[in-house]
Amino acid sequence: MFPFTYHRPVELASAHALLVANEDAKLLAGGQTLIATLKQRLASPSDLVDLARVPGLTGMAREGEALTIGAMTRHAQVSASPLVVEALPALAELAGRIGDPAVRNRGTLGGSIANNDPSADYPAACLGLGAAIVTDRRVMAAGDFFLGLFETALEPDEIIVSVRFPIGGWAAYAKFANPASRYAMAGAFVWKGEGGVRVAITGAGQNGVFRWGAAEEALAADFRPAALEGLALDGDDMIADIHGSGTYRAHLAGVMTRRAVARILERGSP
Amino acid sequence: MQTLTLTVNGAAVTLTLDERTLLVELLRDHLRLTGTHVGCDTSQCGACTVHLDGVAVKACAVLAVQAEGAEILTIEGVGSTEHLHPMQAAFREHHGLQCGFCTPGMIMAGIDIASRHGPAPDEPTVRAELEGNLCRCTGYHNIVLAIQAGARAMGVPSSVATA
Repeated sequence: MFPFTYHRPVELASAHALLVANEDAKLLAGGQTLIATLKQRLASPSDLVDLARVPGLTGMAREGEALTIGAMTRHAQVSASPLVVEALPALAELAGRIGDPAVRNRGTLGGSIANNDPSADYPAACLGLGAAIVTDRRVMAAGDFFLGLFETALEPDEIIVSVRFPIGGWAAYAKFANPASRYAMAGAFVWKGEGGVRVAITGAGQNGVFRWGAAEEALAADFRPAALEGLALDGDDMIADIHGSGTYRAHLAGVMTRRAVARILERGSP
Repeated sequence: MQTLTLTVNGAAVTLTLDERTLLVELLRDHLRLTGTHVGCDTSQCGACTVHLDGVAVKACAVLAVQAEGAEILTIEGVGSTEHLHPMQAAFREHHGLQCGFCTPGMIMAGIDIASRHGPAPDEPTVRAELEGNLCRCTGYHNIVLAIQAGARAMGVPSSVATA
């Protein structure tokens, strides 16, 4: 690791002030990606601003037809929360399949979406469920938040406070995990509800998480796995690495989408 | 440098450390608690699993400064040579280890599994829960048996499974 100065602010305003005062500062949430990145010297922040003691960033609450989850809420807490299991079971399941148990005890929702790793799980849930990202200054639709590879609409000094997930409809997440890293080789979060169908694909696209418009249209007309026959993503737009080619990932994304649709149907929904 | 105070295996510890120190380095290099192992150092293998405020974490993926004020439990804190923890006894009884390198992490993960899933976790549950703990010797079969037996012996009621 390169040297850094460590800060542990106890209010949101002081966390923000530290970001403003130190141009190369980085926020530390659960650290399950950041610490590995620091160890490999792939990042060299001048300052680390640990959000662990900032009040108001953890917890889950149902407010009307939305479930609000604090940015510093750990994956394990989301997956085990009776509130989440009842209101958005697909989200609880997704959280319960991130990394492994020890990673889930540290990793956070806010950290995951701020990093916007192209193979992370939570971005797919945010896009698929039409979530709103709440920061210290504004509310952004998930569709406006994820901009590309490790890129979001966050300003350098902006802090995610919570994510608001609308409740309603039916959803499922199917993921083909890399057996070593547990990251998605391809993951499909499918939602069907009032207003149509959303299909969010993670792990595959070169620009990170994206909505698969053609699949959404086909499923809106006929919500069955068979409706996706003949539809294919372009392998040239997909990630190609030692784990799989672009064509492989394009195919896998289709398979995961069909599985997610099948799971929704099995549970006896729409 | 940063001064921090935390509790390790029940004893309060105050140390002044470089900010970059990992929790596993604090334990091994500064406190000489070398039962916690470093296998991969990339948070894949789980040999460094310890409990932080009651939940399993990979000590190679936590900065020591993040553990300020926390309660850490390592393999040295769960039992003694004379009085093995039920999970340790189960690993011995069921031959849940060969070279032993992964064992401290396996035991800490096993105790964590028992505390969340109660006294009778089924085999698929234990196998899924061990996703983050690698063993290169045993093929996992006896580790799974040992964790099931250890969980039974711990007798944690399943009502605390989702607490």
